[in-house]
Parts: sequence; C-alpha cells; structure tokens
Amino acid sequence: MVGPSATEEQAIRLKPALLPALPPLLFLAVFYFHPLLSIFGLGLFPDGTFDTDRLRGLVASDYYLRTLWFTTWQAAASTALTLALATPAAYVFSHYEFPGRRILRTLTGIPFVLPTIVVAAAFRALLGPKGLVNETLMALFTLDAPPIRLDNTIWIILLAHVFYNFTVVLRIVGGFWSKLDPSLVEAARMLGASRLRAFREVTLPLLAPALITSGLLVFIFCFCSFGVILVLGGSRFATLEVAIYRQAVHIFNLPMAAALSLVQILFTFCLMWAYTWLQRRTGHRLRQSARPVARPCACLRERLAVVSQVAVVCVLAGLPLAALVLQSLRTPHGMGADFYETLFTTSESSLFFVPPMAAIGNSVAFATAALALALILGLCAAQALDKSSGRIGALLDPLFMLPLSTSAVTLGFGFIIALDEPPLDLRSSLALVPLAHALVAFPFVVRTILPVMRSIPANLREAAAMLGASPWRVWRLVDLPILGRAVAAAAVFAFTVSLGEFGATVFVARPQTPTMPLAIYRFLGQPGVLNYGQAMAMSSLLMLVTAAGFLVLETFTPREWGEF
Amino acid sequence: MKRFLAVTAILLGLALSGCGSEPAEKAKPAAPEAQAEPTVLTVMTHDSFSVSAEVIAEFEKANNAAVKFLRTSGSGAGLNQAILAKGNPLADVFVGVDSTFFSRAVESGIFDPYASPALADIPDSLRLDPENRLTPVSFGDVCLNYDKKWFADKGLTPPATLEDLTKPEYRDLTVVENPATSSPGLAFLLATVSAFGEDGYLDYWKALAANGVKIADSWKSAYWGDFTAASDGTRPIVVSYASSPAAEVFYAEKKPAEAPTAAVLGPLTGFRQIEFAGVLSGTGKPELARKFIDFLLSRSFQEDIPLQMWVYPANVHAELPEVFQLHAKALDVPASLDPKAIAEGRERWIEAWTTTVLR
Repeated sequence: MVGPSATEEQAIRLKPALLPALPPLLFLAVFYFHPLLSIFGLGLFPDGTFDTDRLRGLVASDYYLRTLWFTTWQAAASTALTLALATPAAYVFSHYEFPGRRILRTLTGIPFVLPTIVVAAAFRALLGPKGLVNETLMALFTLDAPPIRLDNTIWIILLAHVFYNFTVVLRIVGGFWSKLDPSLVEAARMLGASRLRAFREVTLPLLAPALITSGLLVFIFCFCSFGVILVLGGSRFATLEVAIYRQAVHIFNLPMAAALSLVQILFTFCLMWAYTWLQRRTGHRLRQSARPVARPCACLRERLAVVSQVAVVCVLAGLPLAALVLQSLRTPHGMGADFYETLFTTSESSLFFVPPMAAIGNSVAFATAALALALILGLCAAQALDKSSGRIGALLDPLFMLPLSTSAVTLGFGFIIALDEPPLDLRSSLALVPLAHALVAFPFVVRTILPVMRSIPANLREAAAMLGASPWRVWRLVDLPILGRAVAAAAVFAFTVSLGEFGATVFVARPQTPTMPLAIYRFLGQPGVLNYGQAMAMSSLLMLVTAAGFLVLETFTPREWGEF
Repeated sequence: MKRFLAVTAILLGLALSGCGSEPAEKAKPAAPEAQAEPTVLTVMTHDSFSVSAEVIAEFEKANNAAVKFLRTSGSGAGLNQAILAKGNPLADVFVGVDSTFFSRAVESGIFDPYASPALADIPDSLRLDPENRLTPVSFGDVCLNYDKKWFADKGLTPPATLEDLTKPEYRDLTVVENPATSSPGLAFLLATVSAFGEDGYLDYWKALAANGVKIADSWKSAYWGDFTAASDGTRPIVVSYASSPAAEVFYAEKKPAEAPTAAVLGPLTGFRQIEFAGVLSGTGKPELARKFIDFLLSRSFQEDIPLQMWVYPANVHAELPEVFQLHAKALDVPASLDPKAIAEGRERWIEAWTTTVLR
C-alpha cells in the first residue's frame, strides 16, 4: 500500500469515512442511481413536464393503499414468524457440536436459491391436495377430502417466506451469538437470576443488533416479495412489487410503475433510516469470547434442545427439498433417474439448448464474480460506516441498503435507457449479469459484516497502533480475524443470491450464457412430462451446486476464523 | 492470512476475466471460402423463442452473417424494452410481437415498414398491418385444454363451449391465467370479450367466478401446478394452446398413440394469437435485417416453428410435422378483435376483470 500524500492525508483526516465509501458510492451511482433516475425521469416527466394523467389512479382508488397495507403486514408477519422459528435454532447451531450440523446448516441455505415456481412444486408435492402429507392423513384417518388446504392462502405465503429466509436469521444471529461472552450470563445466573431472566435481561439486549439486522433483512425481502406472492398466493394477493410489474409490463403504464417504485423505495429508505438510527443507539462494543465456539452437549436438556431444533430444520427445509428431489425421480413408470439421463444425453437441435454442465458453469462463474465484487464493495462500505458517525453515516447506511428494495423490472428498464452509450453501453454486455447480482448481494455483505465490525472493541486497535502497527497491519491482525466469520457468511450470501437470482438476470442474460434458474424456466415453458421432469432434475442440480458452493466456501475459511 | 489473500486474488482474477473482457460472442469461425468477416445481425426476441441451430446456420451461410440473439423476459417486457431503447436500438430485428400488443408496437414507431416478397404466402387473416411495419410469422390458438383420462374416469362429458364452464357439473374444475400477468390469460380474456361482447363478458366472468374458477398468475403455474394431466393439481380444465396436446405426445417418455389431453375447438372458444416480427428503426444493417424477415417467412424457418415453439407457421406452404398433423388442430373459427379495439379496451377490461373476478 502506498502512503497517502500530504494533501490526501489532510483530506482523509477531514472526512475519514469518505475514502473507503468512494468505491461503493461510485458503483451505486453508475449502476443504481443513474438507471433509476433515468427511468423515473422518463416515467414521471415524459416531455419534461410532470405527467399527472396516468398517475390519477394512484390517488383515485384505494387499491394502491390496500396493496401497501398488505405488503407491510404480510412482511411483518413473515418476519416475526421467521425470527420466532429461527432464533432457537440459531442458538443451538452456534453453541453445540453435534453430528450433521454442517450439513443441516447448508440445507437451510439452499431454499434461498430456488426459483419460486420450483418451490411451489415442492410445496405442492408435500402439502398440496394430492401431496404427501394430505395423502398420508387421508389414509390414516380415512378422510374423503384433503384436510390441509393451503393453496392460495396467506398461510402458504408465510410458510414460503419462512422457508426462504430461515437461513438469514440462523446465520446472522447464530454468528453473532457465538461471539457473546458466556461469562456475562453465568454472572447473572450466579447472582440468582433465573434462566429466563438472564436471557431477557442479559442475552437479549446484547443480541438485539443481530436480531434487528436479520429481522430487517427478512422484512425487506418479504416487503419486496414477488414470485412467492404471484405463484403461491394466486392473484388475490399483490405486493407493491407485483403491482409495479403489472403496471410496467402488462398495462404499459410506466408513470404508474415509476411512482409505485418510488413509493417502495421511499418506504424502505425511511425504514432503513429508523433502523440504522436504532442500531447506533443499541450498538455495543463486545468483549470477545475466548472459549471455543461450539461444544458437545453436556446434559439431557441440551441434547433435547438440539434434537428439537434439528427437527425444526428438517421439517421446514428438509421436507420440501426432499419432496423436490422425489419429484425429479418420479417418472411415469415408477422411480428412476430417467430425467437426469435425458438431461445429459438429449441432443436437442434448438439453438438455445444449453447442456446442463454449461448452465452450471455459467451460474458458478457469475456467482464467483458477483461474490468477489460484492465482497470488496461491501467491506469498503462497512469500513466507512463503522468509522463514520453523525449525519454522513446516518445517510450512507440506509443508502447502501436501497438496492435490496428496488424492483428488478424498474432497474432492468433503467439499464436499457441509462447504460446505452459508450463507454457504458452495457445493455447487452455479459458483464451486466455479475454487476446486477453484485448490486443485489452487496447490501447483504454490508449488513452481515457491519454488526461484527462495530462489536470490535476500539481499545484492541488502539493498543495495536500504540505498539507501532501500521493501519493496514492493525486491520489485518485485529479486525480481520474477528471479521473472518462474518466475511465468510457474507460470501455465502453473495454466492447464493447470485446463484438464485432470476428477476434481474432475465433482463440482462444472454441466450448463449443462461444460468441454471433460466434453464429451469425454459423447461417449464412448454407442456409435456419430459420438460417438467427435466426442470425438476435441473432444480435438484441447482440444490447440489449450492450445497457444494457452501462447502467449498467453508473449507476455504481459515480455521482460526471459526465457523459461521 | 496468506490463504485469504490467495483466495481473494483468485476470486478477483475470476471476476475480472468474467466481467472485464467482452466475451467472444458466438465466435463462429468464418467458412474458409468466405472472404469478408461475417456481419453481425442482432435479433431481439422473447424467452420462449426457439429455432434449430442448422436453420439459423443456413441463413448465416447464405448471407455471410452471424446471428446474435438477445432474449428478453417475456413478450410484454421485451417489447417495452425495445420501445424504451427507441432511436438507439438494442438490436436490428425484433421477433415475437404478440397480437395483443400489436397496436402499442405499431404506434410506438420503432419499426420500419418492409413488404417482404414472401408475404404472398401468408394468408390475409394474419396480416394486420397494411403498412407492413410488422410481418406475421406464426400463430397459436389460446383455448381450453382438458385432461381426457380425468373426464373418462368420472364419466363426464368434456366441455364444448365457454358457457359450459359455468354449469354446475363443471364446478371447481377450471384454472385460467390472470390476464394482468400472463399473455395466454389476456388472450383468453379477449376471447370472452369477443364471444360475449363488451356488455356481456363481465357477466360471463361473474358466473365463472361463482362456479369456482381458479386464477393462476402464469401459464407455468396453471399448467404445472393445477392441471391434473400435468401435475398433482385438482383442475382438469386449463387455458393453454390448441397445440399443447401434440407437445404432450412429443415430450412423453414413451410416445403414446393418443394425446393425454385435448383442446376444445368449438367456434369462438379460443383466441388466435399472432406473432409478428419487424425491422427496428435505426438499425445500421437494414438490408440484412430485411433479408432476415424474408428468411423468417421462408419454408425452412417456417417448418422449424412447430416443434421448436409449438405454434403454427404463418406460411401456407409450410408442411406440418407428423405429431402436429395427428395431435394438434387449429380452431376453425377463432375469436378475434380489432387491434385498435384491443389497444383502447385492454387496460379497462383488465381493470374491470380484476375487480369482478379477484374480489
């Protein structure tokens, strides 16, 4: 690293937060704000003047207010449910060593990448009118009609949201929890506090940043939910995102789509602003635990806790995924791997046929590139946010979160009109795929790393600096080992986000380089048993690739960083 | 630590090689006898477009061209992308404008007129644009499909008309797509507008809703999620294409003698979706783009259409593959509406439909 010149040093001292914030800000300016403002401009000011004509509906009918209300409450309910179900699991997975722990944790990450239409198929295979559960119940209790009817209800939406987001809470809360010093709770217990009281008054306040962080991420995902609502909820439910899509693509009402996008973005920005304000107030500099992170169960109570949480994970993530694999093996004449075989042997004449290996290769290459980009940008952003206080930080933090809440349709259209001139005529460039993926993955990285970065006690760094370590050395020797686990978790998120991303990819992908989700959609585009079977087989392969990706990432993580 | 740096370096390298350099785009080696570099022709189309590799190679060879495809998410989104890029087009040719979006496409002014000599082989009923800004390439009939085995097992007569669906014996049996999010869904809504008129279609939908019609967001979720013949669903009647039974035979593991599904083919029970192509205004290669339009209407491309996209070729001389001849039938009297009327009514009809059926 080259030392800064005198004037630069001055600038750094004046605004120490701004320097690491520059790369992510520049990235966002070019690939997020520029396209977004262009599409808003075109939508709302088509001829240079504000167009009110096509916006009248927004005020005239209460449809959009009701949509906003539904969007909000279903997201809140989904978040509460996910937190309630995943927090105990986060405790068990971060505190106890038990066989199959890594596999199970990997399992919870897989839903994150599955296309909604495939998840819907898995849920139907499990819970549908002719699904596994209903048929078993009907046989057991000799019922005439399937007792569980979840299709197109709010319950299946909530269930799917928990299925998708379980891993967010498990990983973020679990990672943070394992860092808490257990002696604090032990002290409280020694002083006579009951187990519950010690949890409520010691652990919970300390855990708050991680709970809020993961809860907020889940809330944003559910707030911007698109596929789950469309495919599983049927047409009676619509989130803002769904309304934007309908307006932009099927009714061609770009002003309305732009206005709705704006509402969605403003809403999330306010939410984020409130959250970052809250997080600043509750942030703690934590004493690091020196003990090994996870240990084997010592008594029956602990063993029971582990067993119950393993059961929760198996039912929530394991069963639907197993149903999916089962589906891919179910041929018209019994169980068999026929669909996999045809997937690898069919020499389709179509110009657009993609051999499965090519789709896997494309997906992994894009995901790796997106991961690297998102990680670099996210680390810079987190560094800047950690150092900055006051107004700049309060503004930057929610700003960095915005890409999460922007509709893929809006952004996709924005790319078309904003990135259309050299040197940035990227509209049909292959680079747009990892760029778009990194845009979506980057806020994850920030959110996963920032709470841990904030928890690093300042005196550790000061001591190191006092002893003569350069800033780079301080970062390498103090920050990085503590951050390691969070960085690894962030990498997993970025990788999965990219593997499963569909909305943006569909706008920018090139036919010659489709990703696995795109290949699945192609199979599902035509009737016939073979197409369906191949889609399910491809989905199972997507699961396999995701799991393999996780395991590789975990293996690459140095041991001293612990687990995540 | 070293390990971390090494990994980072590897990732960075991958990232740069992945996104930094412009990839060798369909770098087909030029034929040895070709003197000049092939001209790249970019074709923008939707995600269900498909064509045999050797058919495209034929065009490339004949014109010393390299065809590059740009596929967009759906016919509606793709057209919108093309319109937003007006003046600085992403491609030279656009293939796959759906007849339900016809007026919007024509009025947007993104297509240059071109009267292909091959239009002589296209029936008048498909030629909607007298100025030839858009050229018809294929058509498909959106209509009701039913599960033959289901009806045989229940001893129930399959529906023959749209009205049948509102009868008590067909209660809870039908799944249709939402016209606000799906193009076959919109086509089917237009079929009901055409059959019952602007004054009557809502009453029909009210009756259909009262009879337990299920609404799915897309063809994929209706067919693969609810249709009994294709999934674990509970609905033996679905809105699909007249050619879907043929696809069921073609994509069966062991080809059955008879299709497991059938299409309802009565007069005015389905809507004819025509797909058009056009030369994008502002293309730098108008000559080659026009040649591509000619090629789209040629027999080799037209005869490739059925098995690639499961719709009918527009060219009357194109021969249908056997599986189409045996298992697919087009509607004799499809419902149709004037493109102008569709443009004016679409938004209103969808809104009215939404408030009637979804509430």
